[in-house]
Amino acid sequence: MGVKKPSLGALLLALIPFVAMCFSVSLWDRIQPMIFGLPFNLFWLIAWIVLSSLCMWAAYRVEVARDKKDSKAP
Amino acid sequence: MSPSAVSLSTIFVIVAIGVAIGFLAGVHRKMDLEQWTVGGRGFGALLIFLLMAGEVYTTFAFLGASGWAYSRGGPTLYIMAYLTLAYVVSFFILPQIWEVGQKYGMQTQSDFFSTRYGNKYLAGFVCVVGIASFIPYLQLQITGVGIIVSIASFDGIGRIPAMAASVVLLVAFVFASGVRAVAWVSVLKDVLMVFAAVSIGIGIPYIHFGGIGPMFTALAHSHPAHLTMPGATINLGHTWFISTVLLTSLGFYMWPHAFGAAFTAKSGDTLRRNAVVMPLYTITLAFIFFVGFTAVLVVPGLPNGDLSLLTIVRKSFPPWFLGVIGGAGALTAMVPAAIFLLTAATLFAKNLFRPIFAPAMTDDQVAKLARVMVVVLGLISLLLAIYKSATLVGLLLTGYAGVTQFFPGVVLGLFWKRVTMPGVFAGMIAGVATVIFLLLSHRDPLYGWSAGFVALCLNFLTTALVSRLTPAIVLPE
Repeated sequence: MGVKKPSLGALLLALIPFVAMCFSVSLWDRIQPMIFGLPFNLFWLIAWIVLSSLCMWAAYRVEVARDKKDSKAP
Repeated sequence: MSPSAVSLSTIFVIVAIGVAIGFLAGVHRKMDLEQWTVGGRGFGALLIFLLMAGEVYTTFAFLGASGWAYSRGGPTLYIMAYLTLAYVVSFFILPQIWEVGQKYGMQTQSDFFSTRYGNKYLAGFVCVVGIASFIPYLQLQITGVGIIVSIASFDGIGRIPAMAASVVLLVAFVFASGVRAVAWVSVLKDVLMVFAAVSIGIGIPYIHFGGIGPMFTALAHSHPAHLTMPGATINLGHTWFISTVLLTSLGFYMWPHAFGAAFTAKSGDTLRRNAVVMPLYTITLAFIFFVGFTAVLVVPGLPNGDLSLLTIVRKSFPPWFLGVIGGAGALTAMVPAAIFLLTAATLFAKNLFRPIFAPAMTDDQVAKLARVMVVVLGLISLLLAIYKSATLVGLLLTGYAGVTQFFPGVVLGLFWKRVTMPGVFAGMIAGVATVIFLLLSHRDPLYGWSAGFVALCLNFLTTALVSRLTPAIVLPE
């Protein structure tokens, strides 16, 4: 169907939230140390909701920059 | 007035305002099939956002997430991870889905499969699996309304009459208004929902423990295993967490209504920007978890965790406030349920019945059949809600095990030229058969792995293998 494949940079940026929130679960699934009164695992996930959004913002910049470059190329 | 009269009438007023907004949005528009199901395609970015956001907060997030925090503990955290990662996945597939949809004039998920793979039986099979997966999701919403009404009536009204009444109201609402109305009611629903979540998430730990921190300290002290995985379960450990988060984050946009919403966006770029912002929307879930965890200490021993949020609200606040939370909860069940009913009924009439059994049907006849299906699907879900009990989260995971089986066909269809129709068809049948077998024989999780994820892996392997062995198809240009 000829759609554009995502760039490697964007894919790598998207891998970060997957590693942090999913694959590394056994490293952060603990109660101590409690931070801001929250168990560590809950604090970790809330922090990564915000950080994931930042990662995807970066991925967005990467994709936009690539699209611009592509449209300039002959 | 008695406490139950106060809380029930508050719920009634909130639902009535919601229904009135729905009727007003439907007035002055001729309700043909197109208007009723896709809102005449004239949806701006705002309405799309509302429809997509409206799907996040269903009764699942409200009563189900707190219910699992109460009854299962740590494993409930998967919900936070999967919703965030679902948007990360959407960044890479929705703009592409939008692009091919634009190019080939697609309106539904089933159109994607029939255009990409050129086979109406494959497209029909996708409809059947989609509709079957909607049923537990609908059952979940109806069960939720039953819980809300019975707790708000201080157990004066039974769950079965409450569920029956909610199905009647739901069908009437869907008949009268259509998808545009539903999108506008979801504005009221989301505002109420965020207000409800934040106020009880902060208020309830404060009332009973003087704050969120002291509540968690007390819980960690008295139930040291509850806050981590596997929590109060024996088999929902880290393997289950990883496999379930993968299953559900990959499957999130495979729901037919979510997939279809992508076609109505203004541009692919809108969808990408949506994916950047939407994760922040899941932070509200933390407040819902706070309530469920507080309930472990304050109202122990409930027969069903899904009752915990409203039971503790009833214990902590005056009846009118219970009514506000209950009203928010009722809309949170009814708005998504209306979307699911509309989507499933239209899929049946337009994408399954007409192309395969009755190609000569007119649009009017299709619209009539869709309305009949709204009633039929509503009744099936009601019967299941009455006779088959499961936790709300359990119901949603059953639906996900079904819809995620579309993922290989969608992603490989977009990005791998060599994938073939027999490959995708064989993979999907293998995946769905595995899901049915594992769920019916109570093998979920299978050695710690989510059954739907095991089926998804098998599906991917079969698709790739059979595609290699069958001749490549000529793609439509």
